[in-house]
Amino acid sequence: MTPTWVQLGYLAAAVLFILSLKGLSSPKSARMGTLLGALGALLATVILFFSGIELDNLIVILVAVIAGTAIGLVAARKVKMTAMPQLVALFNGAGGGAAALVALVEFLEYGSSKGTLFLIATVLTVLIGGVSASGSVVTYLKLQEIMTTRPVVIPAGRFITIGIAVLTVATAVWVIVSPSTLGVTGLLVLSLIFGILFVLPVGGADVPIVISLLNAFTGLSVAASGYVLSNVLLIIAGTLVGASGTLLTREMAKAMGRPLTSTLFGAFSGTTQGGGGTGVERPVRSAGPNDIAIMLGYANKVILVPGYGLAVAQAQSTLRELADLLTARGIDVDYAIHPVAGRMPGHMNVLLAEASVPYEQLKEMEEINPDFSATDVVLVVGANDVVNPAARSDKSAPIYGMPILDVDNAQQVVFLKRSMRPGFAGIENELLYDPKTTLLFGDAKDSLTKVVTSLKAL
Amino acid sequence: MDGVALLTIFVLSIFVGFEVVSKVSTILHTPLMSGANAIHGIVLIGGITVTGAADSVPEVIIGVIAILLGAINLVGGFAVTDRMLEMFKSKAKVKDEGAL
Repeated sequence: MTPTWVQLGYLAAAVLFILSLKGLSSPKSARMGTLLGALGALLATVILFFSGIELDNLIVILVAVIAGTAIGLVAARKVKMTAMPQLVALFNGAGGGAAALVALVEFLEYGSSKGTLFLIATVLTVLIGGVSASGSVVTYLKLQEIMTTRPVVIPAGRFITIGIAVLTVATAVWVIVSPSTLGVTGLLVLSLIFGILFVLPVGGADVPIVISLLNAFTGLSVAASGYVLSNVLLIIAGTLVGASGTLLTREMAKAMGRPLTSTLFGAFSGTTQGGGGTGVERPVRSAGPNDIAIMLGYANKVILVPGYGLAVAQAQSTLRELADLLTARGIDVDYAIHPVAGRMPGHMNVLLAEASVPYEQLKEMEEINPDFSATDVVLVVGANDVVNPAARSDKSAPIYGMPILDVDNAQQVVFLKRSMRPGFAGIENELLYDPKTTLLFGDAKDSLTKVVTSLKAL
Repeated sequence: MDGVALLTIFVLSIFVGFEVVSKVSTILHTPLMSGANAIHGIVLIGGITVTGAADSVPEVIIGVIAILLGAINLVGGFAVTDRMLEMFKSKAKVKDEGAL
């Protein structure tokens, strides 16, 4: 039996976790929220060491805790802000893997001696944790662009996925009915395979939603591991994340205009999502930095649309310099921030805040969309999918239904792009071929620097 | 603790989880997800518990991996969330000083 003071300590930690999530839901209290959560985690871990549990392998345990802490800290400190979403995905996978392994060790130790409920909880922990672990690694590979960001469709993949799913469920039932080490290990392997198959068909634009979903999965897996160990804190913390993560996933899907079901069951549908565009070389209008500077310098109202390409080129500060120059010329300048500009909701706000762009100039999509028709020039820097009119008109496009920035309503549109390569979602943007569109090819930072220089000389 | 008590805690936690994050603005989706991600890293204490009680070498090895992964999730998760929110600092200041 767990001592009373330990239980009270866990209760305090659980309350700190709830306050942490609450704090993170509002900009003012967000940092305090993180602090409270970390405090709760520290409290729970310290209490555990003094709670009188069996601690046979103390030295190895401490070494592992210290090593994990060091790896986590270094990764979190060193990562570039642009690569942050995939790091979160990796951390999430680590958590899912940890939960699955915890249940596995407990099973190896106790076998079936703890009863059916214990077995069911073990099976759920291993299953959900395994899917989350391997699925998260695939999302990492997609976001890091180590593998293609397009939906990967294996021939007959649908049947393989369904087959593995059936086999996984059958193994789960087998473990509950007739527990064996082979069964649990097999279940873990099958879950890992299923996690990969589950995420492979997901297209680039849906990856953030899947990360959020897998985050909720890990939460549920941790909650189930709490049953396995009869640890109330794990149940509360895991369930909190599972529930809030599910809600957050739904919110994200809504912000991106993506039906959640098509994201989730893409693996089972087996249909290749259409990619608009014909692939035929078509003429586009491109111009030099000087022409762009003149267009911008003599406009009355300019809207800047920053995208992931801006962040990759580390050109946030240069863009701000351009905005400052234009403002100094008496031009009305705003930044239009799409909810998923960057790689994830809120990512672009973080990146621009890093370059100390004034908060008031950042306009959210609903706020700025009516302004485009009264805008002379829209400068799109390294964004593509979030301004692609195919989201409005082309039902076969994978991004169909996603709310976009209506930049095509402006008088003129300027794209700073590296190449004609389609965006993250892998679809052509018709707007690039529009007569009112001008393209400036090159690295975003390089192009912006040249435009700034030309603008200064005007 | 008996199964029904644990189930009660589970069900109530679901409602709390839904409640605390409702009405969150899009700009905080990423930090919120990252913070929630850090919280499930508390599975670390599960890893420590099973490894402390482990009797065979394979159990210890698997347990140690679980601890390592849990600690990475927990510590890295909070650290990266804090770093994200650091970026909002100047912004929050501007907002506070504004005439709102």
